Amino acid sequence: MAGAAALLLLADGRFPAGGHAHSQGAEAAVKAGRVHDAATLEEFCRGRLHTAGLTAAALAAAAAAGHDPLALDEAADARTPSPALRRTARKLGRQLMRAARATWPGPELDELAAARPQGVHQPVVLGLAARSAGLGPLEAAQAAAYDNVSGPATAAVRLLSLDPFHATAVLARLTPETDEVARRAGTAGSGAVEDLPAASAPLLEITAEQHATWPVRLFAS
Amino acid sequence: MHLDHSHTGHHPERHSASAALPDGSRRALRVGLGGPVGSGKTATVAALCRELRDRLSLAVVTNDIYTQEDAAFLLREAVLPPERIAAVETGACPHTAIRDDISANLEAIEDLETALLAKGAPLDVVLVESGGDNLTATFSKGLVDAQIFVIDVAGGDDIPRKGGPGVTTADLLVVNKTDLAPYVGSDLEGMARDAKQQRGELPVLFQSLRGEPGARPVAAWVREQFTAWTARAVATA
Amino acid sequence: MDGAGGCDGMTAPATGVSARARIRAVPDGRGGTALPSLAGGGPVALRRTRSADPAAARVTLVGAMSAPLGGDRIVIEARAEPGAALRVDGSAATLALPGRTAEPARYDVHLQVGEGGRLHWLPEPLISVRGSELRQHLSAELSPGARLVLRDEQVLGRAGEESGRLCTRLSVRRGGRPLLDQQLDFGPGAPGWDGGAVLGGHRAVGQLLVVGPERAQEPLPARVLGDSAVVTPLAGPGVLVTAVAPDALRLRRVLDSALTFTSW
Repeated sequence: MAGAAALLLLADGRFPAGGHAHSQGAEAAVKAGRVHDAATLEEFCRGRLHTAGLTAAALAAAAAAGHDPLALDEAADARTPSPALRRTARKLGRQLMRAARATWPGPELDELAAARPQGVHQPVVLGLAARSAGLGPLEAAQAAAYDNVSGPATAAVRLLSLDPFHATAVLARLTPETDEVARRAGTAGSGAVEDLPAASAPLLEITAEQHATWPVRLFAS
Repeated sequence: MHLDHSHTGHHPERHSASAALPDGSRRALRVGLGGPVGSGKTATVAALCRELRDRLSLAVVTNDIYTQEDAAFLLREAVLPPERIAAVETGACPHTAIRDDISANLEAIEDLETALLAKGAPLDVVLVESGGDNLTATFSKGLVDAQIFVIDVAGGDDIPRKGGPGVTTADLLVVNKTDLAPYVGSDLEGMARDAKQQRGELPVLFQSLRGEPGARPVAAWVREQFTAWTARAVATA
Repeated sequence: MDGAGGCDGMTAPATGVSARARIRAVPDGRGGTALPSLAGGGPVALRRTRSADPAAARVTLVGAMSAPLGGDRIVIEARAEPGAALRVDGSAATLALPGRTAEPARYDVHLQVGEGGRLHWLPEPLISVRGSELRQHLSAELSPGARLVLRDEQVLGRAGEESGRLCTRLSVRRGGRPLLDQQLDFGPGAPGWDGGAVLGGHRAVGQLLVVGPERAQEPLPARVLGDSAVVTPLAGPGVLVTAVAPDALRLRRVLDSALTFTSW
């Protein structure tokens, strides 16, 4: 696959774009008792993958396909009712923008950073970063889909002292579905912006606002 | 709100701690304070703020492990007005936020710089306090210009001997809570000797915040760094 | 499912009922609202009912709709022209039932509200019966000065029963720009739907959307309602209440409580 190394770099959990401080809803799910072991983590990740993950992956694919990132940012807003999740997405978008401009500098990233200095939704920046790295819509979708499951799995290891081998095995079991979601998102990303998937998860929206009010927490979201 | 004063339509890249703000002016000196849990980092930051706030335009970024408690402490103590204090959340990995992935801290610093510049009070010094971690946690050079490592006598007088990146490479080593030495049986002279052995010419200051001179020696060191930083900025302008 | 995983994109089913109902509301020139068009179709019966609000016309979706059945395609179009006020409610829940074929049923609602118009869309819940498969699309096109209150409740299975498959999309555009786009997919075959990210064992889920120009001036702060509901101001001039609950009764209770401080 062309660009495989660039994709690995972009999807690496160590890529310095701020993701490590966010649990993507896992912290709230752990506190509510909905995630407490590898099996419940797997169902959480599966649900996230096919909802928020699919939506994010399609936005990333659309950005990588060359759609107007500002129109995609607006589409992301319409798909994100929770203001806490919008704030987090823009904050992480800004952090990713910083990292992407340092690693794969390009005029499109510069223009978007100038147009929206307070940040755009992270999946849109991810797609544009992929594009700047010479990757296509499918690869952008793969990075986004993987991020949507690897983030909560990593967080669950810290939150539950879960055996890291078990958490990684969860991600391994999800790889066929992760690929399938990325494929669908990659295809959708080449279509019209209004037809992009809008899959959503009620508990992720509800608990994001609850989590934002906690005075004591390990993760920023 | 933001610092896009270039009017060229291009937002200058600010991915690392470049020495200038987007408008070309000198940015603030960034000083990191790291060290193990309970060594007195937050108390030192508070004391530094009280010593320096009348002479310098200051701000603080805290990196808490699981709360915004350090920021809340500084707010409660009123060492600085709230618009000069920001908290970064670190996802249970405080060392990651100051070393491996500094993006959230850079954002927090730049937001403070931007907000205070807009108020006509550009910053001179930003103190970045790490979450309490272990002896290996150091700040990235992409985040801070100078770093202080704070240990205390009660944490064991063998810490300087054991070394580790914080003790050996920090620009300043502060041995805090010297007033407790008699009670915990710590050998200050031995600590000084070991530190010298580990650090060569790099400075070490012994500090007690319970009494004179408090944080004044460390504050003086920060002022020296700021003077040198300003001189460098003038020389390269 | 289609390529993008949406509720749309299906070809029209070859079997089953195909029905279209229309409601059109216009100002009557005397401070009230007239209904020049009120046409039911197939299993959808519409009645003009007495409105508590003298400015508004009220229409009730009547009868326990034993549809849509698998293979059916039902469309309801409701339009409040500029200056008109329309309230649509229901007399009983809608049941999505399995049909004679394996084909899913389609239920599309198109809402349009013109400048200065008001529409309350407050049907009774949709119950997804075991073995059924329904794809619902609620779409709304609003003028910038339009007002909308929309409630959408889904109950996954009758009491003690397994859920059918229910995929529903809610898309709202205002002044031609996207305001809200949400798609939910529950029941057998929907991956992860009952896990900790999506429903976590809850069997009723609902949304209450309130849109109006007032919301642009003074957006509400986000507000948590108990353990399982939240009031969220949208990026545009609207506020959405999202709730999950063990059953329809408790879901309605939460949405009603939210209505007291979200309405315009």
